[in-house]
Amino acid sequence: MNAITPREGTLEAALLAAHERRVPLSDIFLDQEIQASGRLREDLCALMRTRIAVMRHSLQRGLASPQRSRSGLIDGGAHRLIEWSGDGHGLLGAAFTKLLASALAVAEVNACMGRVVAAPTAGSCGVMPAAIFTVAEERNVPEEALVRAFFTAGGIGMVIEKLASLSGAEGGCQAEVGSASAMAAGGIVEMLGGSPDQVCAAVSFSLANVMGLICDPVLGLVEEPCVRRNALGALNAVASAEMALAGIPSLFKADKVIETMGKVGRRLPEEFRETARGGLALLQPEADKS
Amino acid sequence: MGIFDVIGPVMVGPSSSHTAGAVRIGLFARRLLAVEPQRAEIGLHGSFAATGEGHGTPLALLAGLLGLSPDDERIPLSAELALERGLDYQFEDEDLGDVHPNSVRLRLRGEATTLEIHASSVGGGRIKVWNIDGFAVNLDGEYPTILLVYPDRPGAVAVVSAILANATINIATLKAHRTQRGGQALMAVQLDEVPPPGVIDSLRHLPHFEQVRFIPALGFGG
Repeated sequence: MNAITPREGTLEAALLAAHERRVPLSDIFLDQEIQASGRLREDLCALMRTRIAVMRHSLQRGLASPQRSRSGLIDGGAHRLIEWSGDGHGLLGAAFTKLLASALAVAEVNACMGRVVAAPTAGSCGVMPAAIFTVAEERNVPEEALVRAFFTAGGIGMVIEKLASLSGAEGGCQAEVGSASAMAAGGIVEMLGGSPDQVCAAVSFSLANVMGLICDPVLGLVEEPCVRRNALGALNAVASAEMALAGIPSLFKADKVIETMGKVGRRLPEEFRETARGGLALLQPEADKS
Repeated sequence: MGIFDVIGPVMVGPSSSHTAGAVRIGLFARRLLAVEPQRAEIGLHGSFAATGEGHGTPLALLAGLLGLSPDDERIPLSAELALERGLDYQFEDEDLGDVHPNSVRLRLRGEATTLEIHASSVGGGRIKVWNIDGFAVNLDGEYPTILLVYPDRPGAVAVVSAILANATINIATLKAHRTQRGGQALMAVQLDEVPPPGVIDSLRHLPHFEQVRFIPALGFGG
């Protein structure tokens, strides 16, 4: 083992602790939270279950009825996708469509002033519920493992906040949807029995896949292209988790990839950091042609 | 920063800065006013003015003024709610100078009291209140806070810290600001815990202070 003690609050430090104690990363992150908050383990798990319940509620709302935003840019995309795929149109089967529609659903509910869990941000709130719930349903994951997945995800998010950023204004979309993907991917890997090293590989893959993705919200609203970027994030999370679980190794340590994302974010011109002064934000939206 | 700041807060969308933060600014102002607001003149600055409408920022500010928390699903209906509760309001665009782009000026009137605050939503739903009735302050609403207005004379800080020490309440931050030497002063004391009601009462009974206001910590809801 490396003689140098890794810096506190990094994934390397969490990995080392997980190896030494032979426990999953969720245990390490949960214990950190118990220490920092002074609250009981069961209280923290109960609080996480209420967050999960809110996520499920926004997801169901977004699928059940077409969400329309005040600007008119959002017009029931999740609902449309589910209706259409109901006739067997889904390109890769029902679960894939479910993944996409779930991400759109939660993000659309957010855009339409509904209640969501900002995870890690309101703009990226569709990624985690879509990716983690869809995989958990497909693989019949017990509720306890699902709750643990969110602690793993949350712990990863804290590391990203510390080493880089979770804010689109600071780091572009890679810091929001990219981070949400990394959090979800790590959670999924642990939820399906992957090792802590595989969790970190999934984090690396997710961030590497969207390195440099800019934040260019049309009209400055969290709608276009944000809602569909949530679908991209969910897809990225599941793909990264699957590649990590298959044993594909990451060539870089997750902390280094996170730090790189932060550096890239800081070097993005301000036009591409939530100011709505660059990228797609400069295009004039055309009328709905459907 | 903890796991539930990353997986959270629970909030009504679409934007933690333009919506959740705006609700919290309104809520802070309501608690400071301490009575039901009857009239609100709201000046939107920068990005609050430019993209506020699409983010529901005006509705969010009203919601906070009406006492709704950032996760209350009635936020989109707050204009109707204001009408029901007799809150008369007016929005305008305003240039508050070289300040955070997500900033707002609130002028409030309630029964027998008025209040003006300037505040910014600084990201992730966090807020910074930087002016209260003309006094420069720096408050984030995260702590139970006591605000005292008094004529600038020696001894005010000592009196407050003695009373808090007696009640074994730890002071997180204490800042005094004055208009000019010997003029009016405002002291803002952020506390680590909620003081027992007796503490605020005894401050109110002292001759030193013209006004003593207490604002509980805002929290994030959910």
